[in-house]
Amino acid sequence: MTAQLVFEQTLNGLQQGVMLFLMAAGLTLVFGIMHLINLAHGSLYMVGAYAAATVIAVTGNFALAVAGAVVAAGLTGMVVELLALRRLYGRDHLDQVLATFGVILFFNELVKILWGAQALFMAPPAWLAGSVPILPGAAPYPAYRLFIIAVGLVVALGLRQLIVGTRLGMLIRAGATHRDMVGALGVNIDRLFTLVFALGAALAGLAGAMAGPLLAIEVGMGETILILTFVVIIIGGIGSVRGALVGALLVGVVDTYGRAFLPLALRTLLPPAAADGLGASISGIAIYVLMAGVLIWRPRGLFQAYGG
Amino acid sequence: MRLRILLLAAVACAISVPPLPGAAAETAKPVKIGMITTLSGAGAALGIDIRDGFKLAVDSQGGKLGGVPVELTVVDDGQDVEAAKQIATRMLKQDDVDVITGIVWSNLAMAVVPTVTRAGKVYVSANAGPSALAGKGCHENYFNVAYQNDNQHEAMGQYVTDRGFRRVYLLAPNYPEVDYAAEIANLRAAKPDAVFFFLPGGMGVNFVKQYAQAGLAREIPLFGPGFSFDEDILKATGDAALGVANTSQWAWDLDNPANAAFVAAFRQAYGRTPTLYASQGYDAAQLIGSAIKAVNGHVGDTDAFRAALRRADFASVRGPFRFGPNQHPIQNIYVREVVRSGDLITNRLAGTVFTDHQDAYAAECRMER
Repeated sequence: MTAQLVFEQTLNGLQQGVMLFLMAAGLTLVFGIMHLINLAHGSLYMVGAYAAATVIAVTGNFALAVAGAVVAAGLTGMVVELLALRRLYGRDHLDQVLATFGVILFFNELVKILWGAQALFMAPPAWLAGSVPILPGAAPYPAYRLFIIAVGLVVALGLRQLIVGTRLGMLIRAGATHRDMVGALGVNIDRLFTLVFALGAALAGLAGAMAGPLLAIEVGMGETILILTFVVIIIGGIGSVRGALVGALLVGVVDTYGRAFLPLALRTLLPPAAADGLGASISGIAIYVLMAGVLIWRPRGLFQAYGG
Repeated sequence: MRLRILLLAAVACAISVPPLPGAAAETAKPVKIGMITTLSGAGAALGIDIRDGFKLAVDSQGGKLGGVPVELTVVDDGQDVEAAKQIATRMLKQDDVDVITGIVWSNLAMAVVPTVTRAGKVYVSANAGPSALAGKGCHENYFNVAYQNDNQHEAMGQYVTDRGFRRVYLLAPNYPEVDYAAEIANLRAAKPDAVFFFLPGGMGVNFVKQYAQAGLAREIPLFGPGFSFDEDILKATGDAALGVANTSQWAWDLDNPANAAFVAAFRQAYGRTPTLYASQGYDAAQLIGSAIKAVNGHVGDTDAFRAALRRADFASVRGPFRFGPNQHPIQNIYVREVVRSGDLITNRLAGTVFTDHQDAYAAECRMER
């Protein structure tokens, strides 16, 4: 195990964390501010990926594909909020889980009807297709993954600016803690919630578009990332975008380190096959152990968000 | 995983295909075939191809197999064990089917096949070939017309050895993962001569793309099982899969009359090149049809029906095909190479690794009666 490998795996962890952040930022806002458990957040990610693959197949332009994904997922989110989720705000969390699970099934079937059951392809843009040297002695690192890290950090800064520096951000914060009071002051809370939901959906769509060149674009791709996303927002503190960023990077790095280094470390003690098996098993639960540890230390997550 | 549990509850979305029209009894009464396969969720493409291959054989014979009308009922298992078991029970007890086929996944097959064979009905596997059912757990009512699960990998091991690679890195899934960046960095650091992976479905697509993006495709040759480089998969991997050698018991460009007819008919019917799974679905129907013909539609005479199935008297799209003592294939395993042909990324038959290959479990089979 060399320093170069550790550095490369750290980048991998950050890149995974940034993807999780794009998902978690929207989910945590919706969960924390609207008190809605939205299992269908992963479906918006899938919509983003399919939209991006479709746009790039037609235009060949990556920037247009990303824009298309953001718009498609944002609009889809808005429609889903208006038609279905709006009725769920006052309901029990179990009702929300059931209803949004139904939304997952709906979108999985819809996508299959529209695009077929076979996975779609999307390539990174030509200028990001190669690898770049990052450290002397280390393997060159895929440029596209560096690009994802950069995009994630820009989004994080932008979101921070939105929440602390704009009128919409102020309403988001106020709406979470004093919903009735904000309404009494003449702000249209329903419209605010629709906007917040669309924002979260657009971010999920962005994540889906960014994932497109790395992954098979297929039905059900949203569910795999959803579980990790929930872990992230629980660690970070529900409702906190800052918590989502820290939680996502933490989960990304811990998960990557676990997968990369545990089997290697165990090989010094055990025969290779046993070390790989045990290492894989332990690394598979590492983030859940992390979550449990954080919750023992801080029962409401690392960053307590506005209100409850 | 909470989502898993929810998924269990949600497989109510089973799709039922009504009996084929025009299947009115002429001489013999229609043979009822139940197909349990995966038509929804991430693994849907596999089940859809098995179904389409099977249906192609039935449709091309005017709704008959072996000259006898068949009633084909296709039900989606949603890749869920409990759902598959329930569907099988319903097919056996209510629908009174004669033959069951179609399951994609080995864990589902392990749950369903013993129920079917114990009920005295015949199960013909069009994909899953777990070792337990090929060896000690073999059964006279169980036929596998696809492969034993190890076949493609055994052949690849032989091929890689023949090519002179000594240090080979093996990668297989621990749990469903989507990003292999960590594994790829470790793999590069281990400096192997070659890499072999077993990552079914979308996992394989992800790995192949990421392997190429990491610049490794030029440095360390990659090898994999045929199903990870099927025609539909290549649409999702694009250039990343170019040059990869993969092993399979079938190839679309395999030169025999049955295969040429199958590939042409499949393309015409569905507008795409068939996959391995489609070829297996088609062969399953051809096998069942050959036995129906031999017993003249009297599939209720189970001894005669089984004996006819055992003879495998049909022209397989794979070329030479017969059953071993455990009623699993004895067949050739080929190597294919991913090439570019015009705008298309596709497979080209590159050679034969094993001739008349039998699985390693046949000797353990004491045929249960």
